[in-house]
Amino acid sequence: MGLISIFANFWLGKLNLQALPPNAIQWFGAILMLSVPIGLALLLTVKKKWKWLYKEWLTTQDPKKIGVMYILVALAMLLRGGADVMFMKTQQSISVGHNMGILSASHFQQIVSAHGTIMIFFVAMGLMFGLINLIVPLQIGARDVAFPFLNATSFWLFFAGMILVNASLVLGDFAATGWLAYPPLSELRYSPTVGVDYWIWSLEIAGAGSLLAAINFLVTIFKMRVKGMNFMKMPMFVWSVLGSLMLVAFAFPILTVTLGLLALDRDLGTHFFTAGGGGNMMMYVNLIWAWGHPEVYILVLPGFGVFSEVVSTFARKRLFGYTSMVWAIGAIVLLSFLVWLHHFFTMGAGSDVNAFFGIMTMIIAIPTGVKIFNWLFTMYRGKIRLESPILWFIGFVVIFTIGGMAGVLLAVPPIDFQLHNSLFLVAHFHMMIVGGVLFADFAAITYWFPKIFGFKLNEKLGRFTFWCWLIGFLTSFIPLYILGFMGATRRLNHYSASLGWQQLFIVSAIGAAIIGLGVGAQILQFVVSIIQRKNNLDTTGDPWDGRSLEWSTPSPVPFYTFARLPHVTERDAFWVAKRQKVEDKRPYEDIAIPKNSPLSMVIALGAFLLGFGIVWHIWWLAVSGLLTIIATIIIRSMDEETEYVLKASDVERLDKQYRMQTKTRETKLAVEV
Amino acid sequence: MSQINHQPVDILVSTHQPEQVTLRGYVIGFGGSIVMTITAYLFARYGMLNKPVMVALLAFLALAQFTLQLVYFLHLGREFSPRLKLLVTVFMMIIVFILVGGSIWIMNNLDGRMMGTKVMIKYMNSQDGL
Repeated sequence: MGLISIFANFWLGKLNLQALPPNAIQWFGAILMLSVPIGLALLLTVKKKWKWLYKEWLTTQDPKKIGVMYILVALAMLLRGGADVMFMKTQQSISVGHNMGILSASHFQQIVSAHGTIMIFFVAMGLMFGLINLIVPLQIGARDVAFPFLNATSFWLFFAGMILVNASLVLGDFAATGWLAYPPLSELRYSPTVGVDYWIWSLEIAGAGSLLAAINFLVTIFKMRVKGMNFMKMPMFVWSVLGSLMLVAFAFPILTVTLGLLALDRDLGTHFFTAGGGGNMMMYVNLIWAWGHPEVYILVLPGFGVFSEVVSTFARKRLFGYTSMVWAIGAIVLLSFLVWLHHFFTMGAGSDVNAFFGIMTMIIAIPTGVKIFNWLFTMYRGKIRLESPILWFIGFVVIFTIGGMAGVLLAVPPIDFQLHNSLFLVAHFHMMIVGGVLFADFAAITYWFPKIFGFKLNEKLGRFTFWCWLIGFLTSFIPLYILGFMGATRRLNHYSASLGWQQLFIVSAIGAAIIGLGVGAQILQFVVSIIQRKNNLDTTGDPWDGRSLEWSTPSPVPFYTFARLPHVTERDAFWVAKRQKVEDKRPYEDIAIPKNSPLSMVIALGAFLLGFGIVWHIWWLAVSGLLTIIATIIIRSMDEETEYVLKASDVERLDKQYRMQTKTRETKLAVEV
Repeated sequence: MSQINHQPVDILVSTHQPEQVTLRGYVIGFGGSIVMTITAYLFARYGMLNKPVMVALLAFLALAQFTLQLVYFLHLGREFSPRLKLLVTVFMMIIVFILVGGSIWIMNNLDGRMMGTKVMIKYMNSQDGL
């Protein structure tokens, strides 16, 4: 027996049969989770598409395809996070008095933590990096990013983190500590299972991917803008992304270090954040929010950029107050590093500290307000087309303003002392993140979909989706403000019937169901649009009468992106070019295109094995994962021939073919109509 | 860089060729960082210094390593410095100052507001053992 257990300990670490789900509900989650990859694998085998998938997608270095993969993963994770909501809302509406609901307390806490972690790191960040990949190179007139291999690696690291977070559904459990896992609760003594380790390592891996992607796109924006596009001629989306990525570059190392210290505490017995041994858990709270607050702006700034593009396009006016927008972004970038203490006013700092951070928090609302007014002034007297992207914008203004005012209220320390940890806070930050980030991403998907796939999304279903989301969202979260005032705390899995909260919780659950209807409509929208794509083809490359360079390419964008690099003299370069109607007679040039490489995937596989090995204390696996990463990097560095050249004559042939196709599609369509 | 027909465009960005990157620089940077880290660890683990000297020494080692990495990995101050690089460096300094200074301010404030053991015992005695 002794020998067997030593043997098993070496090969399997802490992994054993007890790691499998303990009850029916958790089995249900695990099977649901497993059925997705198994179903996909079966589908690919039946359709004989594995080779196509490998060559066209998995090994690609093309930012357009990487962007699509980011968004697909993020949308899948949105469904996962949404399923978590269904469980939480059901539990909260029925778990009153003697009824203990459907979930155990620990399982409920795991679901809440998973919901937060997944929505922030794998939905919001994924959608953001997806859009950056798709749009930033096109808007600055670049054919590619600065480091294509690094870009693919960033995506696959994000993917590895996502797999690790979802693996916790099948093997072991997830952190029951909330999405930021404060010690001492997250220390080994109070969370002895692997849940917190899953949380730490999935975020370490995905966070490393985010940091690499940020550096990559910062270099791209700094160094690869097309001739003539100086900083003050960049589209506002690029400016917003620049601000956001500056924050990633400076904030994400803090996250990496903080999680690393927590991992050392858990695995090597150090005392950074334990009460004994000279550690201080307050330092963890301080550090995690020094990353956490900039993170909020990391997510929302690209959203602001999307709305800047959408509003000026659909109001058919140039963006109001471009310079003030740029300065507002700059102010937000700096100020977002000066407010982090407002997340822990109640930790016990003195009034001078609390007052300073409270005032800074109120100040940061000013540049945000400037941006809101600039968008409204852009719409003022514009010829507005009320299509679904601008509907998302209007919904955003309503929700973001309500949530923002609640935020300024929370910035006052005495008020925060009352509302800290309550559902009021939950309602506030959901209004900011869903209103500011998710709505922007939905607007962006509708807006840029034809550019990437060559046809528009179904507008009717788009509108229906929007109204479901707006009405459902308000129904779901306004009750939470009220419940917060009544004293309901966050992560509440059971409450006494005498409190009289149940009706409001049920209203909130109904709201969530309406959002669920909206999500269903969204899925239907994709399906219907793909089936009826012939009716919605974008034959011009410029379906919305756009303003920036991405609309100068044919839709879908060819793999070489720009046959000839655009010529920029003004802001809104394409808008100006359209009106001048000058025919491009410049000669074509050779284009260097990065070759496909599976090594990005191998690095991410190594990272996954490293993370999984540490989570379960399977040290041979962790070491082999680490060695895989190092070896792959060395092999890749030795490879001198990483790109091939597309000859100028080929570019010319392809470009003409492409334009011809577009024309035939156009005439064919005219005949059909 | 995969682009073959791209030139930097801004007055903010240097059009100078970057200096030749040498293996020697990276080895010095890497080796130096490791030596300083190990020194810091050894002093913290086995050093017989008293606390203020120790804190000063560790802070010095951290700053020295920070500078070393800036010079040898980021090549700061070793080539013609365009405005953009200066801006980014200044921004970095500001952020580091805010985060380090802010953390010290916050943690010190919290520490000052918590009772030390002696104060607590005195308080508990005066309260008749709580």
